Amino acid sequence: MITISLDDRPFNKFYQEKLFKSKLDEYGAIVSFTGIVRRHDTIVPLEHLYIEYYPQLTEQEIYRIVIDAKKRWKLKSVLVIHRVGQIFPNEEIIFIAVASLHRTEAFQAAEFIMDYLKTEAPFWKKEYLQNGTSRWVEAKTSDQLKKNFWSMHKWQ
Amino acid sequence: MCRKIMVTVQYFGVFKEILGVAKEEIDYKHCKNTVVLLAYLRKRSAVWSDTLAEEKIFRLVVNNQIIYKNVDLKNGDEIGILPPVTGG
Repeated sequence: MITISLDDRPFNKFYQEKLFKSKLDEYGAIVSFTGIVRRHDTIVPLEHLYIEYYPQLTEQEIYRIVIDAKKRWKLKSVLVIHRVGQIFPNEEIIFIAVASLHRTEAFQAAEFIMDYLKTEAPFWKKEYLQNGTSRWVEAKTSDQLKKNFWSMHKWQ
Repeated sequence: MCRKIMVTVQYFGVFKEILGVAKEEIDYKHCKNTVVLLAYLRKRSAVWSDTLAEEKIFRLVVNNQIIYKNVDLKNGDEIGILPPVTGG
């Protein structure tokens, strides 16, 4: 089962994980990842982020990434929640949960999904800083390198 | 009277601000296909030609499909021009 949600309001990851678990029949491992908005990633502290996305295409691309992960590893279920719109420091920006029979698949697939999501899913972050200025965040080469790692390795 | 054939082009992220437009309709004569469309956009000004230069990284989307080669366009098509993504 694949669940993808783009949410413009804060979500409760504990409730989401419980719900995710309740829908599983047989599983032996769940790996989840939570991304949090940092206040001090910039010299001037962040006031808030704005996340733009491309309706329909963004969900489609995340779905494609999860399907790619399911081709590599035996996964029972995957949940991806990503915030859109205005989001404040210390709020959760992304939550992913991957369930499988054994831990290795869940660990690797969770990292694979995050690495591809960061470099391929159509989201764009704009930082609004506490001094009143704003700027679009630039793509990081390090994220691209992390993604490239997966094209060189196919672990099972 | 003949109806004008148009396609809609949407710009995302930093492109919206650099190019000063979020969404526009373009006459079909300038966009028979995606290569013609890009050539038309690049001719608008130095900012356009620089932002959408061939060596720059951006993605083209036609009707919610990311495209990797030239695609013929038709009336009512929706095109997206996407800068590198920064989600997660």
